[in-house]
Amino acid sequence: MEKRAIRPFSGDTVTLVLMIALAAMWILPTIWVISLSLRPNMDLMRSTAGLLPIPFTLQNYIDIVSVSMTPRWLLNSAIVAIGTTVITLIVASLAGYAFARIAFPFKRTLFVFILCGLMIPEQTIIIPLHAMITDWGMHNTHAALIAPRVAMPVGVFLMTQFFRAIPLELEEAARLDNASRLTVFRRIMLPLSIPALTTLGIYTFLQAWNDFFWPLVSATNSNMYTVTVGLSSLQGNFAQTEGLGFIMASAVFASLPVVIVYVIFQKYIVRGIAMTTGK
Amino acid sequence: MSSAVSRARMVRLRDGLSALAFLAPFLVFYLLFLVYPFGLGIWISFHDWELVGSFREWIGLWNYEDMFADPQFWRAVRNTLTFAAMTVPVMVGLALLLALGLNRQTRIHGALRAIFFTSNVLSVTVVTLIWIMVLSPDRGLIAQLFRSLGLEPIAFLASTTWAMPAIVATTVWWGIGFPMILFLAGLQQIPGELYEAARLDNASPWRRFTRITLPALRRTFVLVAILQVIGQLQIFGQVLIMTGGGPSQSTRSLVQTIYETGFADWQLGYASAMSLFLFVVMFVASMAQLYIARQED
Repeated sequence: MEKRAIRPFSGDTVTLVLMIALAAMWILPTIWVISLSLRPNMDLMRSTAGLLPIPFTLQNYIDIVSVSMTPRWLLNSAIVAIGTTVITLIVASLAGYAFARIAFPFKRTLFVFILCGLMIPEQTIIIPLHAMITDWGMHNTHAALIAPRVAMPVGVFLMTQFFRAIPLELEEAARLDNASRLTVFRRIMLPLSIPALTTLGIYTFLQAWNDFFWPLVSATNSNMYTVTVGLSSLQGNFAQTEGLGFIMASAVFASLPVVIVYVIFQKYIVRGIAMTTGK
Repeated sequence: MSSAVSRARMVRLRDGLSALAFLAPFLVFYLLFLVYPFGLGIWISFHDWELVGSFREWIGLWNYEDMFADPQFWRAVRNTLTFAAMTVPVMVGLALLLALGLNRQTRIHGALRAIFFTSNVLSVTVVTLIWIMVLSPDRGLIAQLFRSLGLEPIAFLASTTWAMPAIVATTVWWGIGFPMILFLAGLQQIPGELYEAARLDNASPWRRFTRITLPALRRTFVLVAILQVIGQLQIFGQVLIMTGGGPSQSTRSLVQTIYETGFADWQLGYASAMSLFLFVVMFVASMAQLYIARQED
């Protein structure tokens, strides 16, 4: 404990009080919005003041589940985010294994070619991607929302790094028993890489769930909206005061899955940030 | 002898084939949904290419000439650079302060870190929804505070002076957790013995900070700054949802201009040319990151 305290600015009470005050400010908007979502719309037309949900109602949430499109959008988001995650984990770990363990011609060149993909952000290819999917007649499908995200090479990069760090001996014993590459991969490498797969999975899931630009231009039919795009379509009604509590409840409701994932996998998210930035 | 050679050749062939089988699933996605669109984008940028219909005429470098002569485009570039220039220093500075203040393994410090990080997992739509409410001149949190102090509330998002800073504040609130975590990781790599030694020398906290902490964080600092520049140059959702680029174009960003040129004006050729301009800017920034990362190794 003493060791920590000698690091400057992290041990004293003044710093702690300042940090608590700043954190309170930081979380205030969220608490206020959650509280708005628990108040009747009629009441909010009079005043939005106060941080406590008085009078209290669950009506906004009941409305979301019973009459709104939000459950449908959540389902779309879930299909897209889970689909993207599962497919990314499969293709990235397979490719990562090949780069880490199998000798083949032009390996270095191919690896660099794939690393180049890291330099192409989503925004710079969205126009041609849209033109291509239009030609294929594939807009407003889950597949069109999933496939471009699976093509992002960060997962291959992470899995290659990870497999390289696993000691060769574990694999060689099995190879002597004439096990095939696929068997070695499934029986030995995959079980060892559960932490890496979890990290990559959480990262992919959050990115896919929160993606905005691509679903905005590809999923134009309101039945195919992801919840991120659907919520932005609700903002058009923002001017009308009647639905304020309802809109706030939709935002809270839509955020629950990512917040739950965050709370459960906090440790992996922090590690993922370190991994994806090469620290 | 020759059978040994042919066996070696067999092994190599088998390895090559299994490598292909392992790589093929990813390569299909990569070539089809990343490499091909990238090439197609370059191709489209040399055309007058409409979103609907099949009107596609080769016009060489016209889109690029138009772009460099277009005051709207330069306006968007300037807005985007202004936004990045305002956001990045605040983000990096505040993230460093938070990391310094929260670098302890107690329960309360952990909880505080979680508070600053949680907004990071929210989507841009939720974040902007929250902040449109907070900033609202008649019902917002800040308006309530202003009124209780006897001040006139400001319509932040409708003001050419305040709209950009409001978007900066929203972005900092949303993104602070990420650079904070990077700084924390950097701080934890500094050996405690260094501080121990400094204390034996009776160095003041400020001196320990400037002589030990800051130099040790140099690499993290550069990494965070470049990642922030790359990220903030792509600003899109916040302006689209919060201001639509207004008032009077004062917040229209480059990516938003690409979006509107492509999907509202249907000029895919022109929009592709602007996308490639963005790509070149980002590429230079990424290269700078790689160069610095290499230098440290």
